[in-house]
Amino acid sequence: MIGNIQKGALKVKVSFFITCLGDIFYANAGKAAVELLERLGCEVEFPDAQTCCGQPAYNSGYHKETLEAAKHMIEVFEQSEYVVGISGSCVYMLHEYVHLFKDGSNWQKRAIALKEKTYEFSQFIVEILGIEDVGASYQAVATYHTSCHMTRLLGVKEAPFKLLENVKGLKMVDLPYRHDCCGFGGTFSVKMANISEQMVDEKISHIEETEANLLLGADGSCLMNIGGRITRQGKPVEVKHIAEILNSRGDE
Amino acid sequence: MPMHIGEKDFKKRVTKGIQDDFMRGAVRSAQERLQNRRAAAAEELGDWEEWRTLGQQIRSHTVEHLDYYLHQLSEKVAELGGHVFFAETGEEANEYIKQVVQEKNAKKIAKSKSMVTEEISMNEALEGIGCEVIETDLGEYILQIDDHDPPSHIVAPALHKNKEQIRDVFKERLDYLKTEKPEELALFAREKLREEFLTADIGITGCNFAVAESGSFALVTNEGNARMVTALPKTQITVMGMERIVPGWEELDIVVSLLTRAAVGQKLTSYITALTGPKQIDEADGPEEFHLVIVDNGRSKILGTEFQEALHCIRCAACINVCPVYRHVGGHAYGSIYPGPIGAVLSPLLSDYDEYKELPYASSLCGACTEVCPVKIPLHEQLIMHRRKIVEDEKKSTLAERIAMRGFEQIVHSANLYRTATRMAPFLTTPFAKNNVITKGPGPIRNWTDTRDLPRPTKERFRDWFKNREKQGGAV
Repeated sequence: MIGNIQKGALKVKVSFFITCLGDIFYANAGKAAVELLERLGCEVEFPDAQTCCGQPAYNSGYHKETLEAAKHMIEVFEQSEYVVGISGSCVYMLHEYVHLFKDGSNWQKRAIALKEKTYEFSQFIVEILGIEDVGASYQAVATYHTSCHMTRLLGVKEAPFKLLENVKGLKMVDLPYRHDCCGFGGTFSVKMANISEQMVDEKISHIEETEANLLLGADGSCLMNIGGRITRQGKPVEVKHIAEILNSRGDE
Repeated sequence: MPMHIGEKDFKKRVTKGIQDDFMRGAVRSAQERLQNRRAAAAEELGDWEEWRTLGQQIRSHTVEHLDYYLHQLSEKVAELGGHVFFAETGEEANEYIKQVVQEKNAKKIAKSKSMVTEEISMNEALEGIGCEVIETDLGEYILQIDDHDPPSHIVAPALHKNKEQIRDVFKERLDYLKTEKPEELALFAREKLREEFLTADIGITGCNFAVAESGSFALVTNEGNARMVTALPKTQITVMGMERIVPGWEELDIVVSLLTRAAVGQKLTSYITALTGPKQIDEADGPEEFHLVIVDNGRSKILGTEFQEALHCIRCAACINVCPVYRHVGGHAYGSIYPGPIGAVLSPLLSDYDEYKELPYASSLCGACTEVCPVKIPLHEQLIMHRRKIVEDEKKSTLAERIAMRGFEQIVHSANLYRTATRMAPFLTTPFAKNNVITKGPGPIRNWTDTRDLPRPTKERFRDWFKNREKQGGAV
């Protein structure tokens, strides 16, 4: 038996939710997540009709537009057993659909059904598969960025740390002020670009204090923000999604 | 607009804030100190979440039955021989207060800290009829001495100044000769203020909470100045925002505990004063005449809307103390005497969107505010509601954004369009890409690429990889 999965039992069926940033910019994180889930005994499918969770519209106040995205995604994942996404923020948005529809409406019931089976990637491995050691190994000194929506709104705080602690060769260093936002905030990063810049610089200065050469996170959007600023400034810190580390077998 | 402070243009205010290194240093260290103290005080209780739930229930119940409790309060105050005035607007409140002041022929007014009097610009109104209004809260006193520098925080109004700056203000304006040690500064102000208390004609206070069942009101301070304001002058005026009320003493106990812990991380502040009406026959001190001014000024129009929870606020500033945006721009950048997350929610409600339409967007929606609010106001969700209102009801978003969002809507609910759009991404961005990153993006992306690289869309999307892999037999 590995974790909660009985040997020889039917495989856990997972519908993979890549998110738009993952699909377009971070295919590697998605590939790693799929490979790892399969290795941990899941049967992974990818509903090709999936689009964006609608969060950019929702957070900007375009709620009618969000409704269309929500209905589409509810339909796409209607038949899924589990939905597993690689961004805490986008997974939270799928949970938020419940509040978009009228109380007691049929759409709301369908949104509740989606919420109940939708998990963030690390959360799914720890809470549903019951696995904390995925057998990964990776040589690096790393620190981890706790993304706001994943920790505060989705409530996933421990899972990524539990998984990373068990990666052989990986030395984790605490990130000071880890509860502070990195300054992404969706459209905030372009609408309030100068404030966002101050926030990301502050985050990077804390990352530098750790002297880690690798920054990990579970949200592509935050990583794109921090990573984009790090490369612009030419700082020697690599940025990766945790899936890439958790899928690593030490051959890199 | 009386609530408004500083430069008219939001962007200019933000730039000014970001460039002010002294202010940012002062704010950063104050935030850190207050955050740590709050966290320790909350943890010490052991069941902080249950306290928050209680606080939320009390505030929700009270605001839901506000008419009942305000009626009860005013009946009680009248029974005790006090005067109650309901002011629908700030002007009405100021007119009433001016009238009382003129009837008493008062010239000098000692005042304790009050945000609602800042909101209605009461000091200016009284100065306009020739009165001298003296702020007796140390923070407010510093600001008043410094050419009426506006407050940048609702609990610690001079939080944007460091002790060296305060020393210089005292030196320049009051011939102060000592050092920047907080104790010496405070002692100096104390001596100056003592003279003022003794000679003031009228005392004006704010109100942390009124207690409906007994017609009392409570003041929470660390300096004891509010107690002086209510003890020495013969006439006292108390000004309260109409939602600053609790049903009874038991509820007062709970909200005051939440307030002191959330605001400054103290079990209790040095002084918590509760006063009930004017001096009675068998009492030794207190004012001979007492006026309670209850200010609506836009609050009742919030009742019954999706923003009603904003009226639950107990003005502890915990949300301000954790807000990263506030940390970098400072309180003045909000352009309102109510800054930070609660200010971004309240200011457009008490004023309007013309004045404050940027504030709901001055947040990364990180939710730190919602997490610490002692009465569980979903602050970041209220900001999203404002954005919805600005877009859908007020139609104040830009045409470009509306077009982009309409496009977004089309794409996200059509699998085909979405697939096409994401397939095009690497090609469309090729002209802007260099070494796998985009350093100068087009249109609104420019705001991003001015400070950050944007990764170049990968040639093979995730979905292409997955499909090809399935074709080749799936998982290996």
